[in-house]
Amino acid sequence: MIVTISNTSEKPIYQQLYEQISAQILKGELESGYCLPPIRQAALELHVSVITVKKAWEELERSGLINTVTGKGCFVAEFSPDEMLRIRNETVLKQMESDTAYYKSFGLTLDEVIGLLNKIY
Amino acid sequence: MLALDIRNLNKKYPHFQIKDVSFQLEKGYIMGFIGANGAGKTTTIKSILNMVQVDSGEIYILGKNIADHEIELKQEIGCAFGDIDFYTRSKIKTLTDITKKFYKNWNDETYYNYLKRFKLDENKKIAELSRGMKVKYSLALALSHGAKLLILDEPTSGLDPVSRDDLLDIFQELIIGGEISILFSTHITSDLERCADYITFIEHGQIIASSEKNELKESYRLLSGSEAQLNEVREHLISYKINSFGFTGLIHAKDIDPSSSLRATTPSLDEIMIYFAKKEDVYV
Repeated sequence: MIVTISNTSEKPIYQQLYEQISAQILKGELESGYCLPPIRQAALELHVSVITVKKAWEELERSGLINTVTGKGCFVAEFSPDEMLRIRNETVLKQMESDTAYYKSFGLTLDEVIGLLNKIY
Repeated sequence: MLALDIRNLNKKYPHFQIKDVSFQLEKGYIMGFIGANGAGKTTTIKSILNMVQVDSGEIYILGKNIADHEIELKQEIGCAFGDIDFYTRSKIKTLTDITKKFYKNWNDETYYNYLKRFKLDENKKIAELSRGMKVKYSLALALSHGAKLLILDEPTSGLDPVSRDDLLDIFQELIIGGEISILFSTHITSDLERCADYITFIEHGQIIASSEKNELKESYRLLSGSEAQLNEVREHLISYKINSFGFTGLIHAKDIDPSSSLRATTPSLDEIMIYFAKKEDVYV
């Protein structure tokens, strides 16, 4: 698991953690059954507060990406390819929502956005 | 379980008072206690330790009322006030020998580990120590008797960045088991951004906010816009600054009009402190 935290980013740290770890799970870089470090250990190593890590882990669990086994720890969940696709799309959509708000603030139409996307994609 | 439960503390001095101070710290977490100079941080901390006689209010430590169990609870508390200004002509060794007699659970091994980690020489006299060294020495004393609750008044001030970083590492190592809790006051907010779970913010002797760090920051917004737009929100702003680019002001997130087009960002702890201090200036 690789995590880089930026203290200057506008994004709350728990969200940075969530996004980076969820991406690694969805890309298959972290396999199902992989054991995440204990919350307090992770907080110490990442130089962030305990609650920050807790929140990120909770968010991952809510998205169905990890399971908590009481007394043992948090493990990357097992999912079918269909589920994987659904969670991936949900995650990407979340990002698109905030991007869309940005495009709308300039008054772009959907066609214009797609046109611009075509140029860089 | 609560490591620290403070309820409605009041203490009146001729020119200053702390008013209805209440906050709670859950066991196993770190709380940062922030506020400008003279806001009441030290008075509150001294009240917790019964070094200041409060006019009213109750303090529970690890579930027990300190008024009834003071001697017993003080075994469980490690405190440090940054500076040591007593017995300055004694050697560290002498002062430690006196201090450790008061603690049932004093641990020499832990103590010597901290001396080594802090690069302190036992044979130096207190008067010969720099401010940073004194801070480190008082921390070594506070950390060596198995305390469950650490109450530290500005432990990081006077320390260089490397020592501060090391100290924050120690804090995080201490709470890893979930048994030890830490309350520390500071005005170096970057220390808190890193390791504090909860923040309590005091201003003019009153608690402005006490909550989880991110929640606290998210409960405020920093608005910016043109001077013309200022009129829309002026009455809701806690305080604001005007410059040639327009205005920037702090507002409670709940007071934001959702249809407003003003640019809103999440403030840093510093910014929250600064705008609250500015609010007070307006009335002076």
